[in-house]
This record gives sequence, C-alpha cells and structure tokens, in this order.
Amino acid sequence: MLKIKNLHANVEGKEILKGINLEVNPGEVHAIMGPNGSGKSTLASVIAGNEDFEITEGTVELEEEELNEMAPEERAHQGVFLSFQYPVEIPGVTVTNFMKTAINETRKARGLEEMPANEMLKKIREKSELLEIDRKFLSRSLNEGFSGGEKKRNEIFQMAMLEPKLAILDETDSGLDIDALKIVANGVNRLKTKENATIVITHYQRLLDYIVPDHVHVLLNGKIVKSGGKELALELEEKGYDWIKQEVAV
Amino acid sequence: MDLKDKLLSSFMAFEDTVDVNLPVHEVRTEAIKNFEAQGFPTKKMESWKYTSLKGLLKSDLSVFPKKETTLEYKDVKKYFIHEIESYRIVLVDGVYSSQLSETSHDGIDVCLMSAALCKPKYRLIIENYFNKTAEADGLTSLNTAFSKEGAFINIPRGVVVDKPIQIIHFSTGIEPSLMLQPRSLVVAGENSHVQIIERHQSLTANATLTNSVTEIFANKRAIVDYYKIQNDGEAASLIDNTYISQQQNSHVSVHTFSLGGKLTRNNLQFFHKGEHLDSTLKGVTITDRKQHVDHSTLVHHAQPNCESHQDYKGIYADKSTGVFNGRIIVEKEAQKTNGFQQNNNILLDDTATINAKPQLEIFADDVKCSHGCTIGQLDDEAMFYLQARGIPEKEAKALLMFGFANNVLESVKIPQLKQRITKLIAQKLGVDLGFDL
Ligand SMILES: Nc1ncnc2c1ncn2[C@@H]1O[C@H](COP(=O)(O)OP(=O)(O)OP(=O)(O)O)[C@@H](O)[C@H]1O
Ligand SMILES: [Mg+2]
Repeated sequence: MLKIKNLHANVEGKEILKGINLEVNPGEVHAIMGPNGSGKSTLASVIAGNEDFEITEGTVELEEEELNEMAPEERAHQGVFLSFQYPVEIPGVTVTNFMKTAINETRKARGLEEMPANEMLKKIREKSELLEIDRKFLSRSLNEGFSGGEKKRNEIFQMAMLEPKLAILDETDSGLDIDALKIVANGVNRLKTKENATIVITHYQRLLDYIVPDHVHVLLNGKIVKSGGKELALELEEKGYDWIKQEVAV
Repeated sequence: MDLKDKLLSSFMAFEDTVDVNLPVHEVRTEAIKNFEAQGFPTKKMESWKYTSLKGLLKSDLSVFPKKETTLEYKDVKKYFIHEIESYRIVLVDGVYSSQLSETSHDGIDVCLMSAALCKPKYRLIIENYFNKTAEADGLTSLNTAFSKEGAFINIPRGVVVDKPIQIIHFSTGIEPSLMLQPRSLVVAGENSHVQIIERHQSLTANATLTNSVTEIFANKRAIVDYYKIQNDGEAASLIDNTYISQQQNSHVSVHTFSLGGKLTRNNLQFFHKGEHLDSTLKGVTITDRKQHVDHSTLVHHAQPNCESHQDYKGIYADKSTGVFNGRIIVEKEAQKTNGFQQNNNILLDDTATINAKPQLEIFADDVKCSHGCTIGQLDDEAMFYLQARGIPEKEAKALLMFGFANNVLESVKIPQLKQRITKLIAQKLGVDLGFDL
C-alpha cells in the first residue's frame, strides 16, 4: 500500500531524512522507534504533505500513486491520516463543526454527496462512544484547553470518523494514562481491517503490547538502520539504542 | 460649486418640504450653520487621520432624488431576515415605503421619523430626545440640518418588544450618484427590551453615499440590542454615526458586521448617564478589493460602577484598509469602572493595511481598564492540521477565520440572524462549509 523509496527531505536547508526505504502492506502494523530527533515526526509530516519539508530525492507512493506533489488535503482524500504528536489548538471551531467539515470536504473530493445530518450525528455518537469521549468535548473548541491525553484521544476519534487507509500515529501514547492507553489502543485495534494499515511511532514497548506490530523499524539519524519483528521492540526497551548505534558505526 | 456649497444652497429648497414653524426646525437651522462653519472632516483631523472622504464628496452627488421608485417585496426579500417575524421600517432612496414596511402603534411606536417630527403627540419626546446625544461635528450637523426621514422607535416603560425590528435603507440607483441622510431615533423606556437590525443596501452599481445618524436612549434597566449588517455593494459608502445615551442599570450592545461597501466609517459613541450599566461594542470586519472600513469608537465613562466591553475582529486582504480607533474615557467621578477593549486583526497578505490605535484616557484612580491589540497572520501549523484532515486550503482558511471571529458571532442573540451573518461571511470568503454556527 505505502512504498517509500530512497526518501531524502530537508528543512530549512538541513537534511533530516537521509534515504528512507519502507514498504507497508494492507493489513499490517508497523512500529517506528528511534531516539529523539532522529526524524520520526519528520517522516510522518512528509508522508502527510507538510510543505515545511522539501523532498530532495526519492518518492512516496500510496497504492501505486505518487504523493510527492500532492497537497495535504489531497493525500487525506487518498486515505492518509496523521495523528499529530502535538495536535494544534484551533480556537472558535468546535470539534463537531471541524469533523463535519473534514468529512464533507473529503466526500466532496471523492464525488459523494454531503453526509446527511442524522447519519453524521449517529457516526459522531458511535465513534465518541468507542473512544469514551464525553459529549461535551464535541462542542468545545478543537483542542483548546484539552489536556495532553484528551488531545491524543481526540486524534484517534478523528481517525475513527475519517476511516483512513493509512494511519500514522505519532506518539499517540505519550500523555495517556494507563486506562486511556487501553481505550485508545482498543479503538485503534477495532478500526483495523485487512484493507488498511497503521504506522505507530512510539518510544515505549507498552503501547505495542496492545497494538501488536508485524514489523518494528529503528530510525536513526534520518535512516532506517534496523528492522525486525515485535521482539525488536522488547530488545530496545531492555538495551536502549547504543548497541544499534555501535552496529551502525561498524 | 463644491458639494458643501451645493448642500448649503439646497437647504432653502429643503425648507419648502418641512414645517419650518415647528421647534425642531430651529435645531436644523442651528445645525446648518454648524455645518457651514465646520464643513466635512479632513485627514488633518486626528480622528480622520486614516480615512479620506475626498474621493466621495463629489459635487455631482444628488442630494434629493428627483423621482420615487417602488420595489417589489419578492425582489428584495433576501435582504431581510425573513425567517423571523419582525417589524420593518423600509426606506427606498430615503423615502418611506409603506408597501415594504410593517410599522406599529400598538403599545409601541415603530414608525417614521417624519411622522414623529411633525405629529403633536410626539412633540414632547422629540423635545426631550431629538439631537440630545448627537455630537455637533460637521457630518452629524449636516445630517441634523436635513433631518426629515428615518426610523422612529419608541418603546414605553416595561414593554418587551415581541419581535425584532428591521430597518432597511435601499438605494435603487435612480440617480447616477446619490447622497442619503437618514436620521433615526430610538427611545427605550424603563425596563423595556428591544432588538433592532439595521442594513443599508444599494441595488445597482450606481454610487451611494449615506451619512446616517442614529440616536439611542436607554432608560433605567432597559435592554437594547442593535445589529448592523454592512454588506453593501462596491459603489456604496457609509458614514454611520451612532450615539447612545444610557441610564442606570441599562444594557446596550451594538454589533457591527462590516463585509461589503466601498468605504465604511463607523462613529460609535456611548455616553453614561447613570451607574451600574454596561455597554457592549463588538464587530467583525472582513475586507478585500480596496475596501476601507474605519471603526471609531468612544465609551465615555462618566459615572461610577459601569462596565464596557469592546471586541473587534478584523480580517483584511487585497489592498484593503482597516482602521480601529478605540477610545475609552474614564472621568474622575467614574470610580470602579471596568473598561475592556480587545482588537484582533489578521492581515491575509502584505497589500492589506490596518491602523489600530487604542486610546485610554483615565482620570479616576480606582478602575480596571485593559486593552489588547494584536496584528497577525493565519497560523501555518493550524493550516496544515486542517488540510491534513482533508479540508482544502480555501476552506481551511475560512474555518480559521470563522474561529477567529467566533467570539463576536457567538454573542448574536437572534439565531436566524447569526445564521444569516454566518452565510454572508461564508459567501464573502467564497466557501460553503456545510455547517451552521
Ligand atoms: N521545522 C523545523 N525547523 C528546523 N528543524 C527542524 C524542524 N522540524 C524538525 N527539525 C529538526 O529535525 C530533526 C528531527 O526532528 P523530528 O521531530 O522528526 O524528530 P523525532 O524523531 O520525531 O523526535 P522525538 O522523538 O523527540 O519526537 C530534529 O533535529 C529537529 O530539530
Ligand atoms: Mg517526534
């Protein structure tokens, strides 16, 4: 589904991604781990189309279609979803109005009619129940004054509403308490199908106990330097990144 | 002959159309002298520094329309908030349209200024209120001199008006360029409550210059909510002078939505005559294509224990210019005043300009006054966040702008009006967001 070939990307003239190769198939869960500043969020942003980053080499393809030149909204319409590490506060726009706009703009782009109001309400109710989100959140300004954990839960609620093909969860676990982690992980698992795929960026093994990855990759200094099965995450938890850094140096 | 001379010399002809024996005519003759002495404001005056009327004050402006036109309701229905029951005072090229209006003398007076100025039963009210709070600057004096028609609203003590009152001024383009001088008076008696929606609308591309004066008196514990929809055509300019006098425990709010028009100047002045009252001044301004919108506000705190709240949001693009001149005066007697002023501006591109100038003149020592003024751009991170959710750039911008203006929109108390303004804003931004605020 997702094919990344030799991806290089710069921000403000500085190279952050230095030749990433990654292939994700439908139905798979991939975990990306790596030290702070290694380029994980950058990779996520580049896939989602953030124009702050300039692709200098390589390609990103979703279902055989190159994304490189597409605007963020077009990628979203193709089925890309990014759960932000730092969700942005949007004062004055309620969660509900934001969600309605996002869904209807996506439908418009796909040549569909706007979603009827009662269907929309039903869906909002269903998905907010799935993530155990209190109704009163939905009429609050998007992310404004939300706690760290509430913001993350709200991201997964949006994912549930939009039902993407490819979801990238950037440190969705950070800031979640233990109960919330279970709820959010359960939400993600319930949304999983044979047709869609998930990339989970995390620092902690704990999330991977709930959302079990098929592949684990280590991103170091802008490159994927090691890939393995879910046991790689356990090994990292135990030993940290030094041994990998040494391996790479050799 | 320039416009000033033309106006001065047409005053005699104007006198043929009114009853010069009434006491109110003395007010007019006084005013024409005032106008003669002061003339039109120029950019040399501090309060007109950023707004020039030069291009508008052309001698070919017709000061009286020569003929009358009638309008069919179905053709102008869209300019009314027709989803609700309302009283209506409709003027077409400055002339009352009985066909489009729905006035009342049933417990309240919702009618014409011309009637109020000449009928004996209103003489006392006119004596007590007419031109009693308006300033005597050149433009207001000009309006006073030619005051003849407009809205007259008189709400007796204790009456809660059952539906909003809409005042609409149409100009039909019967003259290539027309000057209008509507004059309105609102008197809200003790404990009364009234909601008013006002709109100026030109129906063709012919130029209109409106120099409007409205006086509002809120007696003890009265509640007055006044909404101004300024969404006129590209050749229409408006100088709106609104003066408000408040007695103790009254609540007056004025919301101004400035979306259309060529040049708009809002002189909005509040005068406090009693304690424990509050004044609210809010506005949303969205301009493009060389439009010019100037908000000059004044809240004159002259009594203790009063509050004022100002919140103006402006979004400017494409060679347009905004001015916000917000003045708060707190007199020595006005202890325990709470005066707040918020003015936030977004410049969408670097051809747009905003001149923002808060002026606080505080002579009392025990007061809480604050003002905040910001000038910024749309946030890139927020844009990416919205776009990453499938919202295209134009719609994402619009959504951020709605969010930015939301505080003001939210305080509109008539839901259908709020919906209409939301639609007008969406129209202005060229989007259909598919939700109601
Ligand atoms: N907009 C930017 N301007 C300048 N430098 C940036 C920008 N965005 C990212 N960087 C730099 O790129 C590098 C990679 O950042 P990135 O956010 O991708 O790291 P990360 O792997 O997600 O780290 P963390 O685990 O702390 O979230 C860092 O050195 C960061 O400072
Ligand atoms: Mg990161």
